[in-house]
Amino acid sequence: MSRPAPFVRFEDALRSGRAVVTCEIASGDSADAGDIVRRARLVRDHVDAVNVPDNTAGIVHVSALAASAILVREGIDPIMHVTCRDRNRLALQSDLLGASALGVRNLLCLTGDHMIHGDQPDAKPVFDLDSLQLLVLASVLRGGRYLSGRAIVPAPDLLPGATENPFAPPYDFRPQRLMKKIEAGARFIQTQITFNVARFAAFMKGVRDLGLDRRVPILAGVAPLRSARSARYMQERVPGMEVPDAIVRRMEQAGPERTRREDEGIRICVEIIEQLREIPGLAGFHVMPIHWEEAVAAIAERARLRPARATLAAPLVAGVLDEGPRPREHRA
Amino acid sequence: MPLTSSFKLEVPAGVRRFLRRHPRLTRALERVVLPIEATGKKIVFGCRMCGQCILHETGLTCPMGCPKTLRNGPCGGVRMNGHCEVVPEMMCVWVKAERRSRWLPWRRTIVRIQPSLDWSLAGTSAWVNVLAGRRGKETS
Repeated sequence: MSRPAPFVRFEDALRSGRAVVTCEIASGDSADAGDIVRRARLVRDHVDAVNVPDNTAGIVHVSALAASAILVREGIDPIMHVTCRDRNRLALQSDLLGASALGVRNLLCLTGDHMIHGDQPDAKPVFDLDSLQLLVLASVLRGGRYLSGRAIVPAPDLLPGATENPFAPPYDFRPQRLMKKIEAGARFIQTQITFNVARFAAFMKGVRDLGLDRRVPILAGVAPLRSARSARYMQERVPGMEVPDAIVRRMEQAGPERTRREDEGIRICVEIIEQLREIPGLAGFHVMPIHWEEAVAAIAERARLRPARATLAAPLVAGVLDEGPRPREHRA
Repeated sequence: MPLTSSFKLEVPAGVRRFLRRHPRLTRALERVVLPIEATGKKIVFGCRMCGQCILHETGLTCPMGCPKTLRNGPCGGVRMNGHCEVVPEMMCVWVKAERRSRWLPWRRTIVRIQPSLDWSLAGTSAWVNVLAGRRGKETS
């Protein structure tokens, strides 16, 4: 079987020099591929690549590898999240090889949320590697070797990326940790969700001082809030997230009516994108809509974010999409 | 900035070769050293006996105390007060490590990429491992 060819490669977009836009979709919560396809189609025309999370917060979902392969069939270039929580180095190597064989090329190498916050806290935490060592592993595989040194012919075609969280202590160390990740083989960076732009700007200053923005493209994470309740939840309950009181207050003032609060959430997100645009050294944006894929189109339109594929001729789009088997259409 | 450490424990090649050639002597040495090392490091640093000590490179803070056993820096879940996301009452190991490493003359070693653990060395004496040149494989 030949490798399915990704439609527009994420790497091409990163190289293009224009602002890149990626987004995350919620991974499927059932054996229905249609659910993943439906979510992916809501965002596909607005982004360069789609992130597929790997059991976020330690709650079991469809495997990131399977969901990524489904996206490849849809003509979308997925960014597969790979975490060290559930798999040791053997499983990670075989998953990365399998991903490459299925046409999944972009990896986001993460340590992974601890399962203590999930719904099965009794599971054994693996953490055989950490995110840095996972980046090294991906680079070793790319270079045509297993960790044992045994040769891989042909070597997997992988584009490993990493994250950094500018909003968690020790703040001064975060740019240095980013440097470590780049040294370990990260080829792109997606950050944690930004609500505190001042903190992000300070982080980027550290990044620029180390010259890291010239070495890899850095995409700033943003997310739309949907209600005052979710804003407060993120502020109080999600470790590593910083939601300033001013933003929670704005969401409260928007009131309980759905259209108004959702509109306010998107407006805040677009405002943050506009503020982030003023910060030198950013290559684009990573939207994390948190189960609200419909918001991506609105954010992209209002913030004037455009994927590379929008500039391609329409017949080519149709031609590529009609190729190959496609998963069953989900009819709601 | 080079990521290679400016401070690395180097044991004379002769010592390493000698201990490798005499495995029974090494085992005997380990039997003597292990209880001392284990007790001492356990009391002072909360050592977990990974057998591949990097205390000196992580601000004299044992990274194995991290619930995710991260050896390359803090995860993204550190709370605003610097505490661990998994054990809220515990200060993040890496917040401590970063703070303490500032006092060390070889503070730059904290940005060195630590290779993955060699689990076959868990429970052995890191000191004897250093003397005998037994250490985790460098993955990079």
